[in-house]
Amino acid sequence: MTQLPKSTDKKLGLVIDLDTCVGCHACVISCKGWNTENYGAPLSDQNAYGADPSGTFLNRVHSYEVQPDQGTAQLIHFPKSCLHCEDAPCVTVCPTGASYKRVEDGIVLVNESDCIGCSLCAWACPYGARELDAKEGVMKKCTLCVDRIYNENLPVEDREPACVRTCPAGARHFGDLGDPDSEVSQLVADRGGFDLMPEQGTKPVNKYLPPRPKDVMPEYDVLAPFLEPVATTGTGFAHWLDKTLSALPGGSK
Amino acid sequence: MHPAPSVIIFTTFSGLGFGLLFWLGIGAITPNGLMAFIWFTIAYLAAVGGLLASTFHLGRPERAIKAFRQWQTSWLSREGICAVATLLIMAIYGAGLVFFDTPLRPLGWIGALGALGTVFTTSMIYAQLKTVPRWRHWTTPALFLALSIGGGALLAGQVTEALVLLTLAGALQIYTWNTGDTRLAQSGTDMASATGLGHIGKVRAFEPPHTGTNYLMREFIHVVGRKHARVLRIIALGSGFVLPIVFLLLPFSHIWGGLALISHIAGVIVLRWLFFAQAEHVVGLYYGKR
Ligand code: SF4
Ligand code: SF4
Ligand code: SF4
Repeated sequence: MTQLPKSTDKKLGLVIDLDTCVGCHACVISCKGWNTENYGAPLSDQNAYGADPSGTFLNRVHSYEVQPDQGTAQLIHFPKSCLHCEDAPCVTVCPTGASYKRVEDGIVLVNESDCIGCSLCAWACPYGARELDAKEGVMKKCTLCVDRIYNENLPVEDREPACVRTCPAGARHFGDLGDPDSEVSQLVADRGGFDLMPEQGTKPVNKYLPPRPKDVMPEYDVLAPFLEPVATTGTGFAHWLDKTLSALPGGSK
Repeated sequence: MHPAPSVIIFTTFSGLGFGLLFWLGIGAITPNGLMAFIWFTIAYLAAVGGLLASTFHLGRPERAIKAFRQWQTSWLSREGICAVATLLIMAIYGAGLVFFDTPLRPLGWIGALGALGTVFTTSMIYAQLKTVPRWRHWTTPALFLALSIGGGALLAGQVTEALVLLTLAGALQIYTWNTGDTRLAQSGTDMASATGLGHIGKVRAFEPPHTGTNYLMREFIHVVGRKHARVLRIIALGSGFVLPIVFLLLPFSHIWGGLALISHIAGVIVLRWLFFAQAEHVVGLYYGKR
């Protein structure tokens, strides 16, 4: 059904930390791997070893350079996948009902056997989270690893999305964003998590944590303390010698 | 947006076909017998041919029948239902004229309304998209309707109506271009809101996610050089509106009428190409493109 549920019991989603992400693309690869080997049509590649390779991915990592008014530019790696929006425009435009949002956990899915590959849902998504698979002709998108998170055949620690499980930097967090006491909700509250393109009115469930402000290092010379004169006034032989040498032409004052 | 030939052909010809069905339905011309058969064949060739062309851009055309289900939320679904209903109603109306020489007037009016509904629902598929600010405006349905009825009038030989409607459509097209060019900038969506990093400083795309291209870039990012766009706009206006109007104003002959029609169709194809090619999808911002 392409009517959106009024509310969902849970709001499962991801919190992505732009401060910690190192841009290694491990999440891209684990996502492609899991979603090719498991549920649904495999994510195909075209001309993978040729001059112009191209393929279907459900998670892509961009890198942006941000230049503040003052100081040096910052490089920020930016993973992006479906944000499982509350007001998902991709769902309502679907003519077949293949696209839907689950009432129980808010995950947005595509029923591939109903999809006619009209692309309209990809047109309606502002985030580029849907890709039509060139080989299968059906729409592919992040499933939040729905076949992992409830999968009792997997060890408990593996029951989270493949990208979250694989991220070596701990930059990806998975949980219920509808529960204000959940770890992910706390993280969003503490770190000022934000929505992408809030003006599009999609109400994304996934949140992004902003990069922390960079430390400002004072100008600091490690050798300076050793070169400072130890004392400027003094008595005795050393003081006399210092004064005499300084008085010579070229001596330091 | 990628200007896919299947969609350009679909919107151009089905617009024309449903435009002709509109004039036939309201009884502007009431042919009978063989002439009615010819008129309705032309209308159905254009309308159905256009609809068939649109299935070529589907990934799974063999499942197209499933697209009629979600009329409660989906404009694409509504369009499919409107189109099929109109074609069925007008087929009965046409059969009345061809075989029984009887115009079933009320049926014709309903069919004419359905033809307008089909063109309107088609245009709403585009006008509903918040992601393409250029299209999300009342001018999108207005222009689709004006072009469809105007082109239909031209095809149906309704000279006065065609003159008025083509002039109107041309003016509307110029207004649409002028206001559309700034709509992305006015939409409030930019790289800062797309990345949420604007509070730090100026955002620039440093590295795309992959070295190659991808579905998103092929489908949504199409940059037409400004110079070419200007030339194409002039060609579209000249061929789509100015020439047909001149041909219609000349003393009437079927040759001028035919030339007016051909020139108009060529013009509409160019402006539909521009409609897609110049439309900026906000996802381009993630790639530092527009
Ligand atoms: S991110 Fe895009 S595909 Fe995912 S729910 Fe939102 S609009 Fe739909
Ligand atoms: S591509 Fe498939 S899922 Fe997307 S709108 Fe079309 S039918 Fe629905
Ligand atoms: S695996 Fe983690 S650190 Fe690597 S790109 Fe993905 S989110 Fe960033």
